[in-house]
Amino acid sequence: MSETSASDEILTTADGKPLKEALAKAQFFAKRRAFILVLPLLAFILLTFVMPIGQMLHRSVKNEGFTVHTDVTTGVRTPIMTELSIWFDQNPSGTVPDEAAYTALRNDIGALDELRSAGSAGTRINYLRAGSRSLFTKAARKWDKMEAPYQDAFYDLDDEWADATLWAAMRQASSSYTFDFYLAAMDYTRDGDGSVTKVNENRQVYIKLFVRTLFLSLLITFMTFILAYPIAHLLATLPLRHSNILMILVLLPFWTSLLVRTTSWMVLLQSQGVVNDAMVGVGILADESRLQMMYNQTGTVIAMTHILLPFMVLPLYSVMRPINPSYVRAARSLGATSWTAFRRIYFPQTVPGIGAGALLVFILAVGYYITPALVGGADGQLISNLIAFHMQKSLNWSLAAALASLLLGGILLLYWLYDRLVGIDNLKLG
Amino acid sequence: MTDLANDQSFVKFDRVQKSYDGEVLVVKDLNLSLPKGEFLTMLGPSGSGKTTCLMMLAGFETATHGEILLDGSPINNIPPHKRGIGMVFQNYALFPHMTVGENLSFPLEVRGMDKSVREEKIKRALDMVQMGDFINRRPAQLSGGQQQRIALSRALVFEPELVLMDEPLGALDKQLREQLQFEITRLAHDLGITTVYVTHDQTEALTMSDRVAVFEDGRIQQLAPPDKLYEEPENSFVAQFIGENNTLEGVVTAIKDNNLCEIKLDDGEIIDANAVNVSKVGERSRVSIRPERVEMNKDRLQPGAHTLKAEVMEFIYMGDMFRTRLRVAGKDDFVVKTRNAPDQQRLEPGTQIDIGWLPEDCRALDA
Ligand SMILES: Nc1ncnc2c1ncn2[C@@H]1O[C@H](COP(=O)(O)OP(=O)(O)O)[C@@H](O)[C@H]1O
Ligand SMILES: [Mg+2]
Repeated sequence: MSETSASDEILTTADGKPLKEALAKAQFFAKRRAFILVLPLLAFILLTFVMPIGQMLHRSVKNEGFTVHTDVTTGVRTPIMTELSIWFDQNPSGTVPDEAAYTALRNDIGALDELRSAGSAGTRINYLRAGSRSLFTKAARKWDKMEAPYQDAFYDLDDEWADATLWAAMRQASSSYTFDFYLAAMDYTRDGDGSVTKVNENRQVYIKLFVRTLFLSLLITFMTFILAYPIAHLLATLPLRHSNILMILVLLPFWTSLLVRTTSWMVLLQSQGVVNDAMVGVGILADESRLQMMYNQTGTVIAMTHILLPFMVLPLYSVMRPINPSYVRAARSLGATSWTAFRRIYFPQTVPGIGAGALLVFILAVGYYITPALVGGADGQLISNLIAFHMQKSLNWSLAAALASLLLGGILLLYWLYDRLVGIDNLKLG
Repeated sequence: MTDLANDQSFVKFDRVQKSYDGEVLVVKDLNLSLPKGEFLTMLGPSGSGKTTCLMMLAGFETATHGEILLDGSPINNIPPHKRGIGMVFQNYALFPHMTVGENLSFPLEVRGMDKSVREEKIKRALDMVQMGDFINRRPAQLSGGQQQRIALSRALVFEPELVLMDEPLGALDKQLREQLQFEITRLAHDLGITTVYVTHDQTEALTMSDRVAVFEDGRIQQLAPPDKLYEEPENSFVAQFIGENNTLEGVVTAIKDNNLCEIKLDDGEIIDANAVNVSKVGERSRVSIRPERVEMNKDRLQPGAHTLKAEVMEFIYMGDMFRTRLRVAGKDDFVVKTRNAPDQQRLEPGTQIDIGWLPEDCRALDA
């Protein structure tokens, strides 16, 4: 390469300007116009997609419940638990709290009471140690009647004030930034001395739910693939006049409300539902052994497979439609049985559609909320239902954000794997 | 037509009919028999049922009625992959996810051949079409002509005795088409393969084939070697379809000896013609004359030959040929072709001339 001096020379236009510069100039206006055209979408995506995700990621590592009080009406921010946080800074983790610590605690709770925010600060500790909130609200009622030594005064109030895990929780919460929500989202917690351990067996929910979500999503993806492949093939090979009708049937779910579809599955599948009634009526089933197909995993899988089916059919159809029948004919004439022709000639040409459909269905399934919420019962819930629970019921937004971030990370990881194994340019959506 | 009872025939369609929808017969009573090693072309306009015939032979469609015999035995119940017929398609049908080498290897692999044998055969097949250097390319990296060469060698690599080609050159430009026409015929003859070739291009059919079957509306209109087809068309469809042709219409007024007849054209003029497809006086007939058989020089005509008055409408210089369009017997699409020779005059539009021809060159066909 080094010898080719010609390629090192800068190409110029007729009047001696460097060619690259001239080209950039000529294209400047076209590029600017293109940019202006995409600007609205760019702004929209920034506002409604990138920023919320950034917010979510931020919220998953930040919680000011025990550090700052924000007045809802005025927006004034007041630091709280200031004295205690100084004590935490001066004493290493695991130190047994002394009188100084309890004095600081008493003063800080006094400040909380004046801000009327003892409840919210207690809630923050409650995330880390169940049953802690009431300690704070009780102490906030009694603080002005306390007399030194405060350590004994707190012990009189409630024995739990001596508990090492409570102090460990307060130490953690006294800094705004923490990865503890990620620990919690993976069923880990911190001991009294600050070391990371698994939570009690009976309180391990998240990993189990992540695994279940992964498993059910894979199962649903597989089911949609098995069901969609023949349909898509039929759609792609039937004469247009017939395939249009079939296509309408496939797309019909898109045109009916998700809620209506889900409830109609409930009508069909519940134990007093149409399917069970029919089977009992015909005599296949005894009345007392009706099948439980609703309010469990079966219900979630059936309903979600149906709902997500079009997302598999359409990409498959779009790769199958342009496959000329002469490929399979050529293979057959060359001596391949119809199975070999399918396996070695037809199927490989549909792989991009399978990849696209599977990725689409899987990602949609992993984040699905409404259907499992309605038909999933107890064991058919997915991780998104738990995220919703933490956002709406327990109001632990940081934990919800941590769970959602883990989900997002998992999907990105899968996407990366897919790109490595299949290649993202092989993806064909239509 | 060849004798249908001939046991020598390698491929034989015996009264084959085909309907896709139960309402229309796409192939109507097809009888065709070809001996081993023959290059037969099915020629006909689009929709005349050529592809359908080929698909029945290959096993992708079943005949509604009748029988197809391959080497003496009926093949109706043999699945396509056991027929051992090579096929070449118009769209090449090279497997896009395989390299050229893998494409050629496919028919050998499904036959369970060893790797060394396969490599040997692939190399030979690729060299046959001068594509040996392209073994590791993907079909998408090849031009149309190269792809069709590969498709051809793939159809030949497993040494089939019968090869079917459905408009294989239809998507190529003229020059490539001519080059490949030559290569295909050479290969077919060198390897002694029986070939059924489908095209709607009559030049292709005439230059490549041993025999041509002219299809129209699901029937073979004529089955003959190219020269016979051109010079002795048996009906007006074939005359019209093959080569350029002038048609005059009239009524038969007399049947003479030597297979000749006399025809009174619609404007009253009387001409002599070869009675091919007419049998009795009073029948209407279309008379066909090839443009190069029309004589504009009176001296060259036989004594006593009928002549017709004509007016020059247009003169087109085509390099090696002159093409003169005339108004004859009330029709102004009568074309005469003459060789560009020093003594050949270039006629001005509006000139009145007399034209004539030998009665043998003028064929009275069905109306
Ligand atoms: N698969 C099919 N189903 C129904 N009709 C068909 C099918 N294939 C061909 N035809 C009809 O059969 C006729 C002959 O078609 P084809 O054999 O393809 O003619 P060609 O190859 O001479 O152009 C056409 O009218 C066409 O519309
Ligand atoms: Mg055709």
